[in-house]
Amino acid sequence: MQPEGHDIELSVNGVQYRRVVEARMLLSDFLRHELMLAGTHVGCEHGVCGACTILLDGAPVRSCLMFAVQAGGHELSTVEGLSAASGELNPLQQAMHEHHGLQCGYCTPGILMTMTAYLKENPDPSELELREALSGNLCRCTGYQNIVDAMLKAAEMMRAAAP
Amino acid sequence: MKPAPFKYIVASSLAEALALKARYGEEARFLAGGQSLIPAMNFRLARPTVLIDINGLTELASIDRSNAQTIRLGALTRYRVMEKDAGFLGACQLFADALPQIAHPQIRNRGTIGGNLCHADPASELPAVVVAMQARMRIKSSRGERELAAADFFVAPLTTDLAAEEMLAEIAFPAQSPRSGASFMEVARRRGDFALAGVAAIVSLDEEDRCSGVRLVFCGVGETPIDASTSASSLIGQRCTDKTIAAAAADVRRMVAPAGNIHASAEYQRHIAEILTRRAIATACDRIAHAA
Repeated sequence: MQPEGHDIELSVNGVQYRRVVEARMLLSDFLRHELMLAGTHVGCEHGVCGACTILLDGAPVRSCLMFAVQAGGHELSTVEGLSAASGELNPLQQAMHEHHGLQCGYCTPGILMTMTAYLKENPDPSELELREALSGNLCRCTGYQNIVDAMLKAAEMMRAAAP
Repeated sequence: MKPAPFKYIVASSLAEALALKARYGEEARFLAGGQSLIPAMNFRLARPTVLIDINGLTELASIDRSNAQTIRLGALTRYRVMEKDAGFLGACQLFADALPQIAHPQIRNRGTIGGNLCHADPASELPAVVVAMQARMRIKSSRGERELAAADFFVAPLTTDLAAEEMLAEIAFPAQSPRSGASFMEVARRRGDFALAGVAAIVSLDEEDRCSGVRLVFCGVGETPIDASTSASSLIGQRCTDKTIAAAAADVRRMVAPAGNIHASAEYQRHIAEILTRRAIATACDRIAHAA
């Protein structure tokens, strides 16, 4: 079959992009190979590991379970958009750093994106609720304990900073 | 690229979507949430040559509770939309229990009820829920529409009664009566995993608190949702006590015939089925008592 190109326009971290994509290109591959935003990691590529989690119009989704062509007209956020232009880490990233919430770092972008949306909706979660919200992101290094500590701390910092 | 090549068409109306399906037949798949279809395509277990994207058909994405007797769910309703609709969850206890147990929030932001039901995974929660609720499936094609009982919709693992040109458009089920209570429970190895066994239970009581009806449908223990309601019929006419519930659950254990799998032997699945039956019926009864 002759590949058919689809013209898409979308926003990623506030930047508008326009590209022609083949229908079968996964959104995860599009971000990494077309936009060169390789912070979105690809683990299992069938929706289990959560490494490729991004925000689609503010809601966390698996970018390996969407085609890039479907993202046309939508607003996406990836891990590259989290820190300030100056390079200063945001509260979630800072807390991960301080609490040693990552070792190899492969799962980290997906976790940060999942937690960005979750803590916005649930600024004061219990530890149990937080673990539940993390259940869709696999980490093979840390045993999760430090991630949970980091995210509880990040939630606390953000609550304190909120007016 | 992981999936095999396909032609991608965005349907701009339901009529167009149905006309496209009539034209391409088995070769084409509707793309709704894609949370089962795209993994299958990534593995190349599914290789549709045409994908008809129906995500823009907002008329298929509604929860209609305007009729007090019947709740209507558009097939494109996403899990997350149902999960956030407190009125809907209040009216549909089985959904309130089952939705949080389906995969993970990231999947529930995309996945749809219609996609779930059409995928017809025997371990999936919602097929059991809609069979327990005696839902009616409204099925459309370019030639017209038909209605089917949920129990007749699921014919084999990953296989429904849908013909090549048809689409599941809506799921309708009767609102729960005030003298009935429900509970969905499952056992999975990890949060979000497929259930080793799960059960959707609905219990109805008469004015004297005697059981007047029981619906009991399992996921994960057969090739389709398994309706074990008749095996719990010893409860009918009785008060639901620990003893009568345990007797019914023992009957259910004898009735279910799971095949066993790499994660659970058939005997262990039967054991789970019995325990879940006991707990789900007791919880459903408690809920009637608390609602009163």
